[in-house]
Amino acid sequence: MALAIDLAIQGAQMALVLLLAPLLTGIVRKAKARLQRRRGASILQPYRDLARLLRKDVVLAENASWLFRVAPYLVFAANWVAAALVPSFATGLTFSWSADLIAIIALLGSGRFFLALAGMDVGTSFGGIGASREMLIASLAEPAMLMIVFTLALIAGSTQLSSVAAFMVSSGVGLRVSLGLALAALVMVAIAENARIPIDNPATHLELTMVHEAMVLEYSGRHLAMLELAASVKLLLYISLIACIFVPWGLAPLGAPAAALGIGLASYGAKLLCGGVLLAFFETTIAKMRVFRVPDFLGAALMLGLLGTLLRFVSRSF
Amino acid sequence: MPALAFDTAHLLAGGLVLVSFILLYQDRLSSLLTIYALHATLLAGSVAWQAEVQNAPHLYVTAAIALGFKAIVIPVSLRHIVIRLGIHREIENVVGTGLTMLGGMGLVALSMVVMLKAAAMADPLAREDLAFALAVVLLGLLLMVTRRNAVSQVVGFMSLENGLVLAATGAKGMPLVVEISVAFSILIAFIVIGIFLFRIRERFDTVDVQALDRFRGELR
Repeated sequence: MALAIDLAIQGAQMALVLLLAPLLTGIVRKAKARLQRRRGASILQPYRDLARLLRKDVVLAENASWLFRVAPYLVFAANWVAAALVPSFATGLTFSWSADLIAIIALLGSGRFFLALAGMDVGTSFGGIGASREMLIASLAEPAMLMIVFTLALIAGSTQLSSVAAFMVSSGVGLRVSLGLALAALVMVAIAENARIPIDNPATHLELTMVHEAMVLEYSGRHLAMLELAASVKLLLYISLIACIFVPWGLAPLGAPAAALGIGLASYGAKLLCGGVLLAFFETTIAKMRVFRVPDFLGAALMLGLLGTLLRFVSRSF
Repeated sequence: MPALAFDTAHLLAGGLVLVSFILLYQDRLSSLLTIYALHATLLAGSVAWQAEVQNAPHLYVTAAIALGFKAIVIPVSLRHIVIRLGIHREIENVVGTGLTMLGGMGLVALSMVVMLKAAAMADPLAREDLAFALAVVLLGLLLMVTRRNAVSQVVGFMSLENGLVLAATGAKGMPLVVEISVAFSILIAFIVIGIFLFRIRERFDTVDVQALDRFRGELR
């Protein structure tokens, strides 16, 4: 019986991230529009877009291989599983033993790998450019992400997200420089990985600058719907990851009563809303970077992660 | 309570190291000066916190000097000089930022290793302040080495001096007279450098110190 409840909560978490992801994208778009003094589309617009895309036919290039057709589902599955592993409203779920930070990075990395392959599959020049740029960004963002994980693992004594979150709530954390540096680096990596503004503009189809859009240019219909949903889920994943590690208050512990779960849900919603509005605010205040400056930006993230790890060694208790 | 005192001191000194890195990253003179002002403000905060923790009221004077001279007077007058020289829009880049950052990381690691070994017996608060201070000094030197523009070299020199003050406040029992004389010698050095900047500019039509190398016949 207890197992059934645990499984139900885990299932609820999986459904929750899937259902909330388009809403989060809608909120970010709406907030950006309001900040630019436009009215903007309804926050439900991403759902309508997905429904419209699912109804449409798929147009395939003549030389598209099987990889081109399965890649959207692979990318979506990898991102969804990764997002479902991050504790959103409760820690200690049934599958939380597998919610390891390194496993999540690996899942996201394999999703990115298939997307880059699919971008090159049809042989158009845009797909190739997008894939090569995506790999450039990824090869810089992943070491930075791993440095952040090392910092967190050294401080919390675990790479499992549930234990990290539990450690962060406890009073043993204190005020630490390393954590601040890790937060800054994680935000920079999240911006780069989600193709947000200083790195890539999610709302453009300009040849010179697009990265993510260039890779998915050849997709249509339900394949495009899967990729759009995967991108939304990835954004949600990064915001929940930051929330779960750095603002873990309100997370319901293992085997909590329904009231605690309700508090967890409410605080999770509040954190997502805050994260989305902050992202929109940041994107409105900053200009898009040249592609050649991206290594500088991510190098700074790597540097922050490395500095965090180094400073950890002169911290109070080790 | 001691844990909080330690953590705050750690945070402020670590922030100083971080701002030193931001100084290395800047390639525009005006933003370099703004970040330098932030550097000095953080130093003032760190010194004031040390005064609070060590119960040493004379350190408040040091903090006030740091805030008044280094965070306000020097950046404002340097900005004035830069605008009068007409180089406030210049972008300089000698060595790539990536390489400089890597070198900086190496220096930070080096200072941690040296200090943790050399001062293993010392009070942890003083030891860590010393480690951070050494890192700030080395990063200031790195900034001076990697820049060609005389104004950015001055900023490197000033940030190096901030590291020295941080080291001095970490150690207990630094007399106020020494502090004040160091602060004034920095001010004099700043005035002399300011005059020299204009002399260099008059003579070579640039503040790029490579012109000096060329003049000495070292670089053809």
